[in-house]
Amino acid sequence: MCTMIAEKAPIAGSGKGPQGWFSLGQVYVSFDHPFHLDREHALNLDFVNESIGSGARVAVELTPDSARALANRILAALERAGE
Amino acid sequence: MYRTDDYEGMLAETVTITGANGDSVRAYFARPLGPGPFPGMVFIHHLPGWDEWTKEAARKMAYHGYATICPNLYQRTGEGAPDDIGARVRAEGGIADDQVVADVAGAMNYLRGLPHSNGKVGLMGTCSGGRHAVLAASRLSGFDAAVDLWGGRVVTEAKDLTEKQPVAPIDYTKDLACPLLGVFGNDDRFPTAAEVDQHEAELKKHGKNYEFHRYDGAGHGIFYHHAPTMYRAEAAVDGWKKVFDFLGRHLGGPGN
Repeated sequence: MCTMIAEKAPIAGSGKGPQGWFSLGQVYVSFDHPFHLDREHALNLDFVNESIGSGARVAVELTPDSARALANRILAALERAGE
Repeated sequence: MYRTDDYEGMLAETVTITGANGDSVRAYFARPLGPGPFPGMVFIHHLPGWDEWTKEAARKMAYHGYATICPNLYQRTGEGAPDDIGARVRAEGGIADDQVVADVAGAMNYLRGLPHSNGKVGLMGTCSGGRHAVLAASRLSGFDAAVDLWGGRVVTEAKDLTEKQPVAPIDYTKDLACPLLGVFGNDDRFPTAAEVDQHEAELKKHGKNYEFHRYDGAGHGIFYHHAPTMYRAEAAVDGWKKVFDFLGRHLGGPGN
């Protein structure tokens, strides 16, 4: 909330959280304070299902370089798969 | 500071205050034991939410003689682990300023109603809570001192204003109703050193009582000892001294 750089999108898929697998409903993307990574700011991904509850969350906190590498590899994999 | 032959005790627990829209809002309340009188402090939590560091800081304030209350500003978003709730708030663009200000007013009223109050109440916050402290100290009357610890977005460009945060706190400067202390790292990006300069110029322009302490080689989260890349030991030690000296002068508390 110090940066207010946040995006949100509906998604379809599955994620595995502390309670096991659940259906994903949304992804939150932000560049703001992480909870665990020891940096002032990080590229944060939260795969959630708001209809299940706050605990339905798979969280990933990435350095900017790592986030770019991930985004590029995702796009590359989809391109190779023809999707 | 306690002497070795003083009685010393503290109570820290969850209480309920009346916040925005008359809602019952849970708050962490840490206070010294004894008859007082004690000054009060509203401690506004940061973006990561109503978390361990925030409650630890409330107990530190209580050790120094301040009855300190920290409302859970994220309560309406849901219940669960603080980071799960904080993640949702982060994605939703934060909490509406009007709601925060009303919750802070409720916390102030709670403190003023205590039998051991000395009649003085301050507020402080870190990160987004620092911004909230500036905002509430400007929009509410009744605070005797405010502390902004590296609050981002006190200065906000018009394009970055939102429905929830429609006015930049700096634009309320003329209404700031109590002395303000600020602690900032000169390498911080939120707020930048230039934004702190801008805020300071506005405070000067309106003849406000303020003091800013700014540290080279430090960024955001100077006091966060649980985050080694952010924590700056020398600045943190000095910054906490500045906080307690300031509050001691303005709230009639025990100071250091």
